[in-house]
Amino acid sequence: MTITIKLFAILKDRAGTSQTKIEIPAGTGINHAVERLARQYPTIQPFLCKLAYAVNEHYMPVTTELHDGDELALIPPVSGG
Amino acid sequence: MPPIDSDDWLDLLTTPLNVAEAVAFVTSPKAGGIDIFLGITRAAISSDGRALLALDYQAYESMARRQLAELAEQARRQWPVIRVAILHRTGRVPIGEASVLIAVSTPHRAQAFEACRRIIDQLKKEVTIWKQEVWADGSSGWVHPDGNSKNEIRI
Repeated sequence: MTITIKLFAILKDRAGTSQTKIEIPAGTGINHAVERLARQYPTIQPFLCKLAYAVNEHYMPVTTELHDGDELALIPPVSGG
Repeated sequence: MPPIDSDDWLDLLTTPLNVAEAVAFVTSPKAGGIDIFLGITRAAISSDGRALLALDYQAYESMARRQLAELAEQARRQWPVIRVAILHRTGRVPIGEASVLIAVSTPHRAQAFEACRRIIDQLKKEVTIWKQEVWADGSSGWVHPDGNSKNEIRI
């Protein structure tokens, strides 16, 4: 299945892209999808420890299983305001 | 522009926030209290003497807009909010300009103070917006939310 991954702030800068698609087996958890992404973009590795995750625009725990067409966003600590 | 068919004005904007327009939007004959919060880009000098020029804001816009709607809804569940405006800039915000504006009207003042404070506190914790400091020497860096940059002295 294919999911879209969105990157913001430091992750976007380090990866050099704001969005990418990856192919993963059905039922893959967020944690494994992120490991897979980090192999493709090793420069983001140092910034993965404090992330939150959103699936289709809702915060979700790292153990969440992904489905075909999901949009997974890697959310560095937010700093709005 | 404020909506004409809603009591909530929620937006991400690349232009300066218009306080008078927000106050006019939340003003109502039913509202005895209006509270306004403005978050302003504050001047700063780094420990090695660089001056802060501006903050650059980036958002996960679709999620942030959804979250602003949730903040308004949560405030309405807890307080008798008549009208609410939650506006946040994206892009570059020079020193002295507002990056965020919250205006809340309620029947009595205590409710407006409390609702406004809750909204800004939750916004800063949850809403998918990030800021980057832009320094006069051309350098820049993402702001860590658990404090000021290590090498920075606020003025």
